[in-house]
Amino acid sequence: MLVYFAFVLGIGFALKRYIRSSNDFFLAGRSIPAWVCGLAFISANVGAQEVLGMGASGAKYGIVVSHFYWIGAIPAMLFVGYFMMPFYYGSKARSVPEYLRMRYDEKTRALNAFSFAIMTIFSSGISLYAMALLIQTLGLLDGLIPHAWVFHFSIFLSAAIVLGYIFLGGLSSAIYNEVLQFFLIVAGFLPLVWIGLRNVGGWAAIQHRLPATMTHSWRGMEHASTNSLGVGLIGLVMGLGFVLSFGYWCTDFLVIQRAMAADSQESARLVPVIAAIPKMFFPFVVILPGLIAVCVTSHSLAPATASAQAAIVAGVSAAPAPSIAEAPQVKEVHPHGIIPQKVDPITGEPVLDSDGAPVYNYDLATPLLLIHFFPAGMLGLGITALLASFMSGMAGNVTAFNTVWTYDIYQSYIRKNASDLHYLRMGRAATVGGILLSIGAAYAVTSFNNIYDALQLIFSLVNAPLFATFLLGMFWKRTTGHAAFAGLLSGSIAALLHHGLTIPQGALPGLHGGWITTLHIYPSDMAQNFWTAIFSFSVNLVVTTVVSLATKPRPEGELVGLVYSLTPRNIDNSIPWYKRPIWIASGVAAMALVLNFLFR
Amino acid sequence: MGLDVRLPLGLLFLAIGALLALYGLFTMGSDLYAKSMGVNLNLIWGSIMMTLGVLAAWLGRKPK
Repeated sequence: MLVYFAFVLGIGFALKRYIRSSNDFFLAGRSIPAWVCGLAFISANVGAQEVLGMGASGAKYGIVVSHFYWIGAIPAMLFVGYFMMPFYYGSKARSVPEYLRMRYDEKTRALNAFSFAIMTIFSSGISLYAMALLIQTLGLLDGLIPHAWVFHFSIFLSAAIVLGYIFLGGLSSAIYNEVLQFFLIVAGFLPLVWIGLRNVGGWAAIQHRLPATMTHSWRGMEHASTNSLGVGLIGLVMGLGFVLSFGYWCTDFLVIQRAMAADSQESARLVPVIAAIPKMFFPFVVILPGLIAVCVTSHSLAPATASAQAAIVAGVSAAPAPSIAEAPQVKEVHPHGIIPQKVDPITGEPVLDSDGAPVYNYDLATPLLLIHFFPAGMLGLGITALLASFMSGMAGNVTAFNTVWTYDIYQSYIRKNASDLHYLRMGRAATVGGILLSIGAAYAVTSFNNIYDALQLIFSLVNAPLFATFLLGMFWKRTTGHAAFAGLLSGSIAALLHHGLTIPQGALPGLHGGWITTLHIYPSDMAQNFWTAIFSFSVNLVVTTVVSLATKPRPEGELVGLVYSLTPRNIDNSIPWYKRPIWIASGVAAMALVLNFLFR
Repeated sequence: MGLDVRLPLGLLFLAIGALLALYGLFTMGSDLYAKSMGVNLNLIWGSIMMTLGVLAAWLGRKPK
């Protein structure tokens, strides 16, 4: 672990001497080869939610969650690379909000820049919080520092490390570290999957032991009531596969920034396409541990191991309390794999759902599996990999924040014509500020139990309508600035209204919806979320179109390079066919289809 | 950019791999590996990581 941290900061120092202008700091001087950006692209996205969350969903829902990859990511990644990258990269915009200003107007950019800046701060805060909570829960630092300080110590230590390497090396340092983190994550989890599969008897044994809907990604998808996600086919394909995933991969500056750092337009187009290849196989590294964790105890273990494991489980379930309150230990091992029961942080009682059945703390599936199978030594590597995933997620948010803050907020509204050196200094200051705010956000998440749900809600309200604005902007030259602004706002309002009028089954009105009145009940919160996105997207699409037709269009001459039909397509014939985005993209798409077919 | 990312990547893997493999060598046949079903994961995975590290560092070395 120490070795890794030394390397992380070393890279920051090594790259510091190459940072001479703000362009170097924020865009890595546009000089990074496609494959490096591609890995960073994926690694920035692999935050806390990915490794822990996907392991958790794997344990809870089964292989169905691979839809988040094979439907919810791959098509959008191929689309952004093939169709949208030329406009982001070719327009010389330095950030996604800046593209919005070039294409539309100042107010659309301001809306996007501010909401994006706030979201990055909170997501990096959540990463910090989740990491500190995990370190505390697993007792990684016990014995080194007093237990009550572990949480605070972890937050400040990890914030300091991320600050160190971004402050010194800017985006290139973040990208280099993300590549290291990517390989570390794979190196840490691949042997886990290998030994885990060996233990439970391979994929066939998992299939044998779990219900069919958990081991087949398409079984029962025709109707919401016959699959474990509680989502119907239309909700899945339109909500997740189209609106949400395209909204994230095609418009979120956090990932686009990595592609913008590429050394040429062709490379920039290749970045998301290359990133799609490891993304396609990530389910095997992050979802399978969840499935294995559910299977493990039903397999007859040697008595010695079983009791050792009971001790581990008991030790761990003692602390999943967000507050540092001490919870009594849960002593028994239940038949739910190695996943411990969720414990109420305040009363210390095991949490029961409305039917009186115990609720399991699925978030611990992956970390517990690490402890279960890895001997000392490998365990260090596994935990380093886990921490690396948190840091890459946090660093991604911080680099996106400092760029948007400096270029889109500071340079546009606070101080317009300063020297480049001034903006470089501002960027470093924004890095410090961003990290401090993230720490603040992490503590905010700690002290309010519901804030996490509330944030998820806000993210979905802001993100859902975005893709319609970009889609119309890039492919319809008639779209106007007023229309984009009106569309974005009304899309968010539509999402809010839809959320207020519907509720997932079994939830109380409030943060989960239904706070106006309940018109419709969804079978799960996931279904509600997908449909909120669909509504918000459609409203934005309609409003933007109508307002566009009613307002004066911009002269076509101003839109060259920003809109598809007005941009000359230059095909570079010097690139051999196997390096062209179209062929690589088709290959990836074909592979994704095959995977869907294999696990149907 | 002046630094090829494969070099630090290779060195990192080499260092971690070497640590793991050495630890694995010294703890061969110990009770430690009951957890991982008798497989000396440290030694095996450490060696694999070392090999990959050497490969990456060699590919990323500065052209002279």
